Amino acid sequence: MNLKPETFQRIDEVITHYPVKRSATLPLLHLVQEDAGYISDEAIDWVAKKLELEPINVLEVVTFYPMFKRKPIGRRHIKVCRTLSCALVGGYKTCETFEKEFNTHAGPTEVSPDGEVTVEFVECLASCGTAPVVLIDETLHEKVDCAKAKQLSDQIKAEAAARK
Amino acid sequence: MSAPAQNRIIFKHIDEPDYTNDLACYLKHGGYEVMKRSFQRQPQELIDEVKKSGLRGRGGAGFPCGVKWGLVDRKSGKPIYLIVNADESEPGTFKDRYIMYQDPHQLIEGTIISCFANNVKQAYIYIRGEMAEGARILEKAIAEARAANFVGPNILGSNYSCEIFVHRGAGAYICGEETGLIESLEGKRANPRIKPPYFPAVLGLYQCPTIVNNVETLCHVKYIAEHGGEAFTKIGTPNNTGTRIFCVSGHVQRPGYYEFPAGTITMGQLLYDVCGGPLPGRTFKAVIPGGSSAKVMRFGERYKGKRKVGADMVDYDWGVEDVPMDFDSLAMVGTMGGSGGVIVMDDSVNMVEALANINAFYSHESCGQCTPCREGSLWMKKISTRMVHGDARPGDAALLKSVADQIPGRTICAFGEACSWPTQSFYLKFKDEFETYHETKKAPKPADATVLV
Repeated sequence: MNLKPETFQRIDEVITHYPVKRSATLPLLHLVQEDAGYISDEAIDWVAKKLELEPINVLEVVTFYPMFKRKPIGRRHIKVCRTLSCALVGGYKTCETFEKEFNTHAGPTEVSPDGEVTVEFVECLASCGTAPVVLIDETLHEKVDCAKAKQLSDQIKAEAAARK
Repeated sequence: MSAPAQNRIIFKHIDEPDYTNDLACYLKHGGYEVMKRSFQRQPQELIDEVKKSGLRGRGGAGFPCGVKWGLVDRKSGKPIYLIVNADESEPGTFKDRYIMYQDPHQLIEGTIISCFANNVKQAYIYIRGEMAEGARILEKAIAEARAANFVGPNILGSNYSCEIFVHRGAGAYICGEETGLIESLEGKRANPRIKPPYFPAVLGLYQCPTIVNNVETLCHVKYIAEHGGEAFTKIGTPNNTGTRIFCVSGHVQRPGYYEFPAGTITMGQLLYDVCGGPLPGRTFKAVIPGGSSAKVMRFGERYKGKRKVGADMVDYDWGVEDVPMDFDSLAMVGTMGGSGGVIVMDDSVNMVEALANINAFYSHESCGQCTPCREGSLWMKKISTRMVHGDARPGDAALLKSVADQIPGRTICAFGEACSWPTQSFYLKFKDEFETYHETKKAPKPADATVLV
């Protein structure tokens, strides 16, 4: 398994948090995904071996939890909240704005044609008082109306251009 | 009557300028002093204070915390675990987020006090996966506390040791259900366990006695340890003690969080005086008072019956605005206080569309273990989505209700109830809208109509 040295280090550390190794399944999958971008077949076998489990024990966990991806997604991950409180104040329009800006459809593993973003319409992000909310990678953005969605999109595009 | 003043005991420092989430700031405000004093007492004394306080769990069910602690099997010889349920996911609820992001040490202190009271040596904070930043804040706070010897081995020379680790979920709502959470923490799919025999207090994490408490509940424990159970009962009303944090979202002028003594504020005071009333030119139509699974209330309906006031039974005749926002009053009018998530809808909302939004949530989040819930939540979503986006038929309303009626009571966990109550209550309260939706749909939609599904 090809991961950064610090990922291996963090994996070994987190296993010590639990009296039963299997408990480290979710933390390991998070660490692998943060490093590799998604959970490959190889990763499932590797995590299983590391925790002394059968690969099916890991695969069934990966397929149960929506945050784990089985294939690579966009470089940036835009999660727009779909649930009632956000929808009441324009969440659907916010999502549509991101879709248009990046010429893509919202979906758990859809990637924009330039490979830059995955827009996902997710369930409640627990910040209903500042709806509509959007999680970009790990940062929460509040009161994201269409204008703010456009502004955030421009920022992502500018950051992408700067990298090239 | 105007609203009473807020009494912020848990949210005292939230959004306060100059208040930061590091240890130095917490210590400056008297942090960890309550923990130090608690170590001078007998653990049983602390449990008795919590029992005396009448504290009810703030995660949704409102189960008395002291009773929960009293059920823990202390004779098994197995270690006792405490899990902080920080999987805040019930739509409409957003209080725990603020505590963890802005005042994490309050939670850590409350957790250590609760662990000491219950002879727990290992605690886990199960935080939802989407709160990656929150998990980092908590990890940093725990590291600071560990460095100051407030967490870890032999805390401040007391001979008491306790470790806390943060564990992140990965996007599944069902992990908020305590036995599903335990399965998830064991590294499995979060399929809730059947009770009996798997009561966490007896057979929880690794088949050991386990306490699962909500973030806000543990912060209240810290307050109770400081001021005593008796003082806690003086805030709020009998059987609804302490403060409640209301999370208001949707169609009001000032959505947000508000902390009041429990039972001292009515729905009308909260929505009009505190939240500024409906948006310009709109009127309130419906409100869900305790997270999206709580049964909806329709403005204009009346609730009548008898209730206990002191030793007497008195008649009540309430409109939605008159209902006191406490566990018991909300239960009396057929809904629940739940997690405190108040979702407000005005007259721009079509209730069929609002229900279709909610049904999509529950269908996505069913763990799939029990057939009535897995299939029922999916069919409710399919029917309500078809009504909105496809062909709505005169018989749809009755069909929706018949699916919803076949779920509750037939599932391992309360998700069966949670997913069917919206459909049952929306249909009951807005029967007219559901039964005529196939006609309503033919009229063109106003350009500014809110898209809900």
